[in-house]
Amino acid sequence: MNLAVVLFAAVAAVTALGAVGVAASRSMVRAGVWLLVTLAGVAGLYFLLGAEFLGAAQLIIYVGGTLVLVVFGVMITSQGPFAVLQTKRMEWVIGGLLAGGLFALLAVASMQLGQRETTEATSPAVHELGLSFLGVGQGGKSYLLPFEIVSVHLLVVLVAAAYLARAKKRVDPDGRRDPIETTLKLETLPAGSGQPNSSEARP
Amino acid sequence: MLATLEQYMPHWAAVLTAAGISAGVLLGFVGVSAFLYIWAERKVSGRIQDRLGPTRTGPIGILQSLADGIKLITKEDTAPDGSDKLLFRIAPYLAFCASFTAFLALPFGKDLVSQELSTAAFFVLAVLSGEVFGVLLAGYSSGSKWALFGGVREAAQVVSYEVPRSLCVVVPVCVMGTLSLNAMGAQQTGWFWNWTAFHDPFNLLAFMVFFITATASCKRAPFDLAEAESELVAGFHTEYSGFRWSVFFLAEYASMFAVSGLACLLFLGGWHSGFLPFEPSEQFGPWAGNLLNAAVFVGKATLLVLVMMWMRWSLPRLRIDQVMTTCLKYFLPIACGLLVGVCIWQLWVQPYVGDWTKYVLSFGTLAGMVFVMAVATFGKVAPKGISEGVWAKPAL
Repeated sequence: MNLAVVLFAAVAAVTALGAVGVAASRSMVRAGVWLLVTLAGVAGLYFLLGAEFLGAAQLIIYVGGTLVLVVFGVMITSQGPFAVLQTKRMEWVIGGLLAGGLFALLAVASMQLGQRETTEATSPAVHELGLSFLGVGQGGKSYLLPFEIVSVHLLVVLVAAAYLARAKKRVDPDGRRDPIETTLKLETLPAGSGQPNSSEARP
Repeated sequence: MLATLEQYMPHWAAVLTAAGISAGVLLGFVGVSAFLYIWAERKVSGRIQDRLGPTRTGPIGILQSLADGIKLITKEDTAPDGSDKLLFRIAPYLAFCASFTAFLALPFGKDLVSQELSTAAFFVLAVLSGEVFGVLLAGYSSGSKWALFGGVREAAQVVSYEVPRSLCVVVPVCVMGTLSLNAMGAQQTGWFWNWTAFHDPFNLLAFMVFFITATASCKRAPFDLAEAESELVAGFHTEYSGFRWSVFFLAEYASMFAVSGLACLLFLGGWHSGFLPFEPSEQFGPWAGNLLNAAVFVGKATLLVLVMMWMRWSLPRLRIDQVMTTCLKYFLPIACGLLVGVCIWQLWVQPYVGDWTKYVLSFGTLAGMVFVMAVATFGKVAPKGISEGVWAKPAL
């Protein structure tokens, strides 16, 4: 029983507790806070295992990005003061069964992997990760192209979503915009700079 | 520190003790620096507004923060009826945790860091981006419209400003080829023309853009839309009082120091004074050298924090659409351009051009600063001792 095992157990317990909290809490934003505990716990596990880059990436993507967007989305879309999820009993049962099955599957699979020999070697530094990502010094096996395709795809999806979410401008048959319609739009729309979440009208 | 402790106790106890000492020292530092910065903020604002600032509490009012603190602790800790009590209570601590975690990877001198990380620059950016979560929760859970608006604005602003801020961090990383803040500081040893900010014009501009976007992501004026008191009462902390309210300010001053320290390490030579052509901790011995390093680092970061205060009390607040326009239409393209520029510079510019650029930029900046200070000091005729105030004659 050395320190690494104790720390691992503590961080893993906090992570699991957070996960239970996400499932059990009925308020959306509270679930978000529990998710924060879980994601930060996973980042902590990465740091504990020496994968610093992965841990920091976990923090910046999930905590700094995704979670903020979740709470932001709830704040903008919810009708009442606090958004509450109404879960039916049947949903609890089905969800519980699915979660239990998945957990059993993962547990059995990880038990069958057996115990790996761990070495004290440090995880690869960032520049090694970057070089292997670019395919330098590994016989030219590169992951750059798939990564670029995925990222450009994401960008296209984001632009399309922004385009769809934008309010339509009504155009007259002779090609001019309706002046009354336009002024109304300017008063009701926020800031006109493609920024749908600002809360003020342009004066 | 770990090796020394291991001589006296088993490994696990040594690790835990070292962690406890680091955390304690950093917490003490954050507390004391916030204590002094709050006093400095009041003094600076007073002088800029032609007042004296705090004078009654101790010599030149230096104990003002203590008086404030006692007042805040004795105030009643209330939560509004319509609020989500649990989230309302933990939100300030979440914000403070995020700012405080950034200090774990911030070196105050050569190897003077509580946890050496090979990706420290990335880590600091990552945890600082978590501070917005506390503010967002505070705004949401207060059950108040002002607070909700403040939280929404804060989220929109911080998430947008993170993009140019991170791109500006990549610019010096391109030059230095490492993400470790300790290695970055070590690469800027020596005279001040070795600092990354003077390496090429793109880095100098990146420093300025980074500093402005960092100010915005600390939600400091002129970007303090989250607490715009003329429209939102006090924004996200409208409903807070007492100790929890002060924890928000502790977090704000801590993250101001953290981003200023990051700017120093990335652009301004880290813990090097710029006037010693060697590493002080190797020449002056561990004690004197490390103390000098830490003092220079804290001094530089404090200078940047004072510039933030100067900006806050000099510039008018932007509107929310202006804030977003500044970020998305100006800073984002500028940051992308700087990144492309620095890559081209690294690939194609000849070494002798690089050497000359270094000298021209560093001495040009120095001369510019001396000129501005000389004009400010000697250029204007003002009555000595008293300031003119509202009776000043209008300038023609």
